[in-house]
Amino acid sequence: MSGSGAVRHLYVHLPFCAHRCGYCDFVTVVGRRDEHASYVDALLAELALERELLAEQVETVFLGGGTPTFTEPRALVRLLEALPEAEEVTVEANPETVTPELARRLVGLGVTRVSLGVQSFQRRLLSVLQRRAAPADVRRAVDALRAAGIANLSLDLLYGVPGQSEADLDADLEEAIALAPEHLSCYELEAKPGTRFAHAHGAELARQAERMEGYFERVVETLVAAGYRWYETANFCRAPALAEGRDLRARHNLGYWLGHDYLGLGVGAVSTIAGTRRRNLPSLVGYVRALAAGEPPPRALEPLDDRTRRRELLLLGLRLDEPVRLVDVGDALDRDALDRMESLGLVELLASGRGEALRLTRRGRFLGGAVTAELLAALEEPVGVRVAS
Amino acid sequence: MEDLTPQDRIRNFAIIAHIDHGKSTLADRILELTGAVSEREMREQLLDSMELERERGITIKAQAVRVRWKGYQLNLIDTPGHVDFTYEVSRSLQACEGALLVVDAAQGIQAQTLANAYLALEGNLEIVPVVNKIDLPQADPDRAAAELAELLGETPDRVLRISAKTGQGVEDVLDAIVERIPPPSGDPDAPARALVFDSSYDQYRGVVAFVRVADGSFETREPLRAMATGTELVAEELGVMSPAREPVDRLGAGEVGYVVTGLKDVSRLRVGDTLTSRRRPASEPLPGYRDVKPMVFAGIFPTDSDEYPALRDALERLKLNDASLTYEPETSQALGFGFRCGFLGLLHMEIVRERLEREFDLDLLITAPTVAYRATKRDGTVVEVHNPIELPREVERVEEPYVKASIIVPKDYVGAVMELANERRGSFDHLEYLSEGRVLLSYELPLAEIVVDFYDQLKSRTRGYASFDYELAGFKPGDLTRVDVLVAGEQVDALSLIVHRDAAYERGRQLVERLREEIPRQLFDVPVQAAIGSRVIARETVKAKRKDVLAKCYGGDITRKRKLLERQKRGKKRMKQVGGVEVPQEAFLAVLNLDAERKR
Repeated sequence: MSGSGAVRHLYVHLPFCAHRCGYCDFVTVVGRRDEHASYVDALLAELALERELLAEQVETVFLGGGTPTFTEPRALVRLLEALPEAEEVTVEANPETVTPELARRLVGLGVTRVSLGVQSFQRRLLSVLQRRAAPADVRRAVDALRAAGIANLSLDLLYGVPGQSEADLDADLEEAIALAPEHLSCYELEAKPGTRFAHAHGAELARQAERMEGYFERVVETLVAAGYRWYETANFCRAPALAEGRDLRARHNLGYWLGHDYLGLGVGAVSTIAGTRRRNLPSLVGYVRALAAGEPPPRALEPLDDRTRRRELLLLGLRLDEPVRLVDVGDALDRDALDRMESLGLVELLASGRGEALRLTRRGRFLGGAVTAELLAALEEPVGVRVAS
Repeated sequence: MEDLTPQDRIRNFAIIAHIDHGKSTLADRILELTGAVSEREMREQLLDSMELERERGITIKAQAVRVRWKGYQLNLIDTPGHVDFTYEVSRSLQACEGALLVVDAAQGIQAQTLANAYLALEGNLEIVPVVNKIDLPQADPDRAAAELAELLGETPDRVLRISAKTGQGVEDVLDAIVERIPPPSGDPDAPARALVFDSSYDQYRGVVAFVRVADGSFETREPLRAMATGTELVAEELGVMSPAREPVDRLGAGEVGYVVTGLKDVSRLRVGDTLTSRRRPASEPLPGYRDVKPMVFAGIFPTDSDEYPALRDALERLKLNDASLTYEPETSQALGFGFRCGFLGLLHMEIVRERLEREFDLDLLITAPTVAYRATKRDGTVVEVHNPIELPREVERVEEPYVKASIIVPKDYVGAVMELANERRGSFDHLEYLSEGRVLLSYELPLAEIVVDFYDQLKSRTRGYASFDYELAGFKPGDLTRVDVLVAGEQVDALSLIVHRDAAYERGRQLVERLREEIPRQLFDVPVQAAIGSRVIARETVKAKRKDVLAKCYGGDITRKRKLLERQKRGKKRMKQVGGVEVPQEAFLAVLNLDAERKR
């Protein structure tokens, strides 16, 4: 079914949505149900062109969006049928799109994992976010997925929503935990400057910023107390002891964080393969037209030299709860900064089986962005030399 | 060789006036009437040649223009018109035998008019009082003339009434210059001596000095010596401004003109020096111009440390035209390499800053201005302190400069002025009515209290009616103390200040509060303290960040996130390290601006 290459992770982008949520900054396309079939044709054409890059046994497939489950059902079925089998096949879904029938069909087509875009259980906050699901839709969707046999369910939650109180946050976490998902992704809402959302809520968010500063910590505390492992900055999975020993981390995403190669299909999709990163351009029309003509879609290419790869390994690896080996990141690390961060109790050095390794301490993880920026060796000057002030 | 004008046909005069009382307009009209420039050539306010002067409507540098009137050679020496330039005015006046004292018919005598009139009287100049702007509807020439006559002990009929704008009465002014102002009285046969009263730097011709010949005469190509600095030079060209540069063969006793020296090193011919001939040198220099010392000091630092050499060159250039500017290298751990500069006053500082930024295209950080303090140490030695951090910890006594301030206001504002003066540690001296409704208030004030925003406050509390002038009145001891600011336990040298003990807590509290707002939160708590010696008087904490993460990072985001983090890392290079804390320069700037913004 697959190729002779080495890529073991496949991402497929389905951009369609019923509407665009105010805060969203993904490549999405609203409506256009008549175009879903031709888009899936284009996806399959791109897959055919790139198939040789894939390993014989693909490890993970991830259908992201957009709202993959909003895709016109026949087109979605055709796509799933054509994709290579994999140990983990994840589909993103919005609660209101999940029916018992869709759930059964997904499972029948090899889907093993569903990532449900819940965001919140509070009607008021869902309306601020311009989400269409009602809190009851979430429970219905979870029931349908469980009944169909989905044994690996992830819920997406957003915190830091304008108007969200600490009690709101606690309620969201409590409701999410009550649904006993195997996995949770919790993101802080970002109001990207220039978006409608930032325009509408930016001032309020700025006012709330200080109060919401503790939300991240609260999310982590609550989920860890409920038996979840904080394995990535924004991701939690049920701890192995509570999961019959299963490793419930998102294997597909783990591939990104461990620096594995991946192939991305679809409009706006990104691939990283053998030292080159390429991004399909975000124009739906351009994408479909090129592939209809048997051509690869228009793309931007970015060569990644070894040094850059090491820098990425460092910045991605520090998001995880498992240590990063120093030998793997080498010159990407600013050793002076490492000393400073270590003395501030933000980083710890560990002796691992094969040499030294580092990871962020608990407090370091809350400050992961700033600490990582410190730890990355400056690019403009030789490593280990600091410009005297 | 053309004959020199005999001294009895020469008149050297200046125009002194308050800002906007019409000095430049009168000068223009004189140039026009005497045919020095045609109307077509007339640029408005010809004498204000520097762009900055034109914009601010004030005159910074004195220049000399020669015109002819009824067989007489008249040399008009322009004078600066602001409180900070008292010394430059005095130099210009010393090159004259008389002065026109011009007063606006609507506004009457202002504080500056008084100050400059006293300067002219001290220099034994013949003063020709002139009331200008008599054409204005709100003009009150009788009142203005009466005030002038009273001031000078003249009769009101000796006061000329003119409109420089329309030209009315300007011929009478020229006649009065000839009739009332005495001719120069130098010795034409004595060894040559000339006073350098101004200079400018010409890119191609080097230093050009403006001189008033006192005795003897000078010839082109003559070897010269500057008596104070000992610099030897050759008069590459002699000439006069009429108003275009016009070379002459000789400059004789009593005449005013320029000398092209070809000197490239700006420090070698100082304003105030006496030029003499090396062929037959004079034994004594002319009685010196008063030695002016800067009283207001501030650190000037380039925002970009690469611009340090450019800043040094720029200051060197400015120094040529500005005898009162001083500078010496200063190193601050917070602001890097820069200069501690001395100015006559705040306006002088503003002008220097603007010229550095505008003419030399420099980005600058300027520390809060401070004054010159005199500290007497326990062992009796006295040090002059130009930078608060230099104030020794153990001192017997600290003295600060005081000024005698003259403030003229409509009588309704007397209360407001007294209140302000009291807030600024002023001591009342006297009050007198200049005319019905207008009052002159005299105060003694610490200079430190007026260098900040005294003038702005005065203007705003008197709806712009107050006029203000001051002169230095010596040093007096004060209960002064140094307040230091510490960030993460380390002293921030640029933020130390010397204040009166009563104000120390308040100022310390303001500084640390402002710093707390400006210092970005770090990965750890940062204490910000104000201290007198080892005693902390105010403390704030910049709380450590609790979170700083990039929420999502998946396959499509990696490049963007990497670049984001790299930008964050690069951003740190623009920051200054104090106690291991990265403080953006903007934070220092904001704190330094605290003084400028301080409103009560």
